[in-house]
Amino acid sequence: MSIEILMPALSPTMTEGKLAKWHKTEGDAVKAGDIIAEIETDKATMEFEAVDEGVLEKILVAEGTEGVAVNTPIASLRGDDEKPGTSSEKSAVPAKKAEAPKAEAPKAEAKADKAVESAVTAVKTPAPELKDPAIPEGTQFVSMTVREAIREGMSEEMRRDPKVFLMGEEVAEYQGAYKISQGMLDEFGPDRVIDTPITEQGFAGLGVGAAFGGLRPIIEFMTFNFSMQAIDQIVNSAAKTLYMSGGQMGCPIVFRGPNGAAARVAAQHSQDYAAWYSHIPGLKVVAPYSAADFKGLIKAAIRDPNPVIFLENEILYGRSFEVPKLDDYVVPIGKARIAREGKDVTLVGYSIAVGHALAAAEKLAEEGIEAEVIDLRTIRPMDHDTIIQSVQKTNRIVTVEEGFPQSGIGAEIAAVMMEKAFDYLDAPVTRVHGKDVPMPYAANLEKLALVSVPEIVAAAKAVCYRK
Amino acid sequence: MAKAGKAADSAAKGGKLPPAKELLQYYRDMLLIRRFEEKAGQLYGMGLIGGFCHLYIGQEAVVVGLQACAKLGDAVITSYRDHGHMLATGMDPKGVMAELTGRAGGYSKGKGGSMHMFSREKHFYGGHGIVGAQVPLGTGLAFAQKYNKTDNVTFCYFGDGSANQGQVYESFNMAELWKLPVIYVIENNQYAMGTAINRSSAQPALHKRGESFGVVGRQVDGMSVVAVKEAGEEAVAHCRAGKGPIILEMMTYRYRGHSMSDPAKYRSKDEVTKMRAEHDPIDQVRALLLGNKMVDEDALKAIDKEVKDIVQQAADFAQESPEPDASELWTDVYVEA
Repeated sequence: MSIEILMPALSPTMTEGKLAKWHKTEGDAVKAGDIIAEIETDKATMEFEAVDEGVLEKILVAEGTEGVAVNTPIASLRGDDEKPGTSSEKSAVPAKKAEAPKAEAPKAEAKADKAVESAVTAVKTPAPELKDPAIPEGTQFVSMTVREAIREGMSEEMRRDPKVFLMGEEVAEYQGAYKISQGMLDEFGPDRVIDTPITEQGFAGLGVGAAFGGLRPIIEFMTFNFSMQAIDQIVNSAAKTLYMSGGQMGCPIVFRGPNGAAARVAAQHSQDYAAWYSHIPGLKVVAPYSAADFKGLIKAAIRDPNPVIFLENEILYGRSFEVPKLDDYVVPIGKARIAREGKDVTLVGYSIAVGHALAAAEKLAEEGIEAEVIDLRTIRPMDHDTIIQSVQKTNRIVTVEEGFPQSGIGAEIAAVMMEKAFDYLDAPVTRVHGKDVPMPYAANLEKLALVSVPEIVAAAKAVCYRK
Repeated sequence: MAKAGKAADSAAKGGKLPPAKELLQYYRDMLLIRRFEEKAGQLYGMGLIGGFCHLYIGQEAVVVGLQACAKLGDAVITSYRDHGHMLATGMDPKGVMAELTGRAGGYSKGKGGSMHMFSREKHFYGGHGIVGAQVPLGTGLAFAQKYNKTDNVTFCYFGDGSANQGQVYESFNMAELWKLPVIYVIENNQYAMGTAINRSSAQPALHKRGESFGVVGRQVDGMSVVAVKEAGEEAVAHCRAGKGPIILEMMTYRYRGHSMSDPAKYRSKDEVTKMRAEHDPIDQVRALLLGNKMVDEDALKAIDKEVKDIVQQAADFAQESPEPDASELWTDVYVEA
């Protein structure tokens, strides 16, 4: 009996990867612990070890193949001296332990589970449908991942202004825990792309001090979950000092990193901080969805003379979008974007929730409901006008966010609608949001805890009084 | 506390007696802080200063001695016990006092108060109200000085209370790792609010707190401005030479309570009286000047008068300056892009 070796998941969000290299050929003897292949994920190239012993019988996926889905059989192994039938039990749980990466995983991935199949990652990314009026007619577009867009935006700003530097855990020699800063150490050198110890409060405060001293720091948190170690420096030092100094002490700094749920990393590593930081006067909070906006807004954030919280999303990093090919594409902070036009109901969200809202709009269209989708892009200062103008047209609004409901972004928008658009509402403002529980680990529970497309569809139909 | 007074003795014994001009400058600068703080205490009692008000009385030698080692462009950052540092960096006493009274003429237009004042012009970066928060901030100022390839240094002050905050050690680590030009000045006044150092600190010799990171530390008699100056010169040379950070533990003493509302029941009156009588930083300089016949009483009286006038003018200004306009509520939240 032969054992199937399956494509392993090597990061929390990996759904597919590239089979970069085979270290064994057909007929080679394999011992447990042998490196048999190299697998390239969206974050790194990992060595893949065998757990079972035998002879490599057949290679099913050739090296160089991209987009190999997790759990696809990639090879078969023949048990050497076993009697027929004895390995059949083994084959029921093939290559399970072999999936553990040999390279030491960074902190964010420490609790990584192998088999990832998240409802979130399964959502396809509908391309933004509307043109940005700020982009000149005839502009060429290039397909780019969110990851590349952030990197390009940062690199362009670092070329433009020598006062800009990037600092954080694993940003330099490791090439970024999520590969955002890949190649930047080579281009800008160790004085400007700086690996820190794991010391969030320390390097966040150091960055604020450097900004007071005239520099333009970009401080990367490996994830925003770890920014809670540093929240005093962000709120009390970065955000308030301008006011407390009567306008003398501006703090031009960007705090950036992935925010919100990744996949299967449980409660301490899956939280949306948009509402937390948007509570604070003195901070600006940006949470884009498309690669174009990530690029344009990271550039705006770096140029902004104020502290900016720049919320990224791990699941979006690998998604591709059309990005305008312009020498200096800057998207202004504080302006929302109509991602899809519609007349029946307004769906407003930010970050990954915009993707969910667009997917819901597709479904609603099939049922004859034309939803307008607003991508907030900036949480603070919030673009009330764009939301109100949409509600004046649709008279109905559903907010969509991954965060908790209480004192959340949806709650804020609901209050603003009460204050500024009450007369235009034909139905109560309705919120769709992450469930009011710490993020569970179990796959089924996690799926239930996250905001979902069917929930958005149901909420939109409810405010339209449709069954 | 055991070390307080030592260096002054050695100066008095003819160790390194600074020239009269220098000693007179120390005398004036320390006296200005003393009289300013006494006036601030008085205005607080009259209800003209609100909130928290932490006086520096007793600790004057620390900032005056170190500021004498600074050159143009060197940065200073400290905690909320900050009035003395502002005056020592050359900030206008009127603007400082008017900030204490919350008036438009204050350094922060009345929006910062006692604990939050700044002067970019004088490279004074606050005035920070969260215990220990200024330590990473000061480390960042030093990072910028190095990044910009200057030979300036940062004087980062904090107290024995702050010394138990985790971010202090995060800062020591990075500063030594990256050889940042920062002088960590620990003003050990023996009490973190009401908690004596031996009740809060497993290692009360705070200058040793950098040892595990390789940060050099010195313990200095912080009641002697001469000793402070001498230690400061060494520290500044160390930093300017690119050797990284250094810790100066200044053994000092605050005569007043932690803040205005602190009755200071955690220490004896005798202890305070003894410190004032035997180690007062201003009296020490006075004794050096007169004992060595460097000046006569009249010269000191002239300084006393000058300082008294400056402080009175500051107090007058702080009461005459108007409250900030109501429109100021909404300004300075963001820098306009």
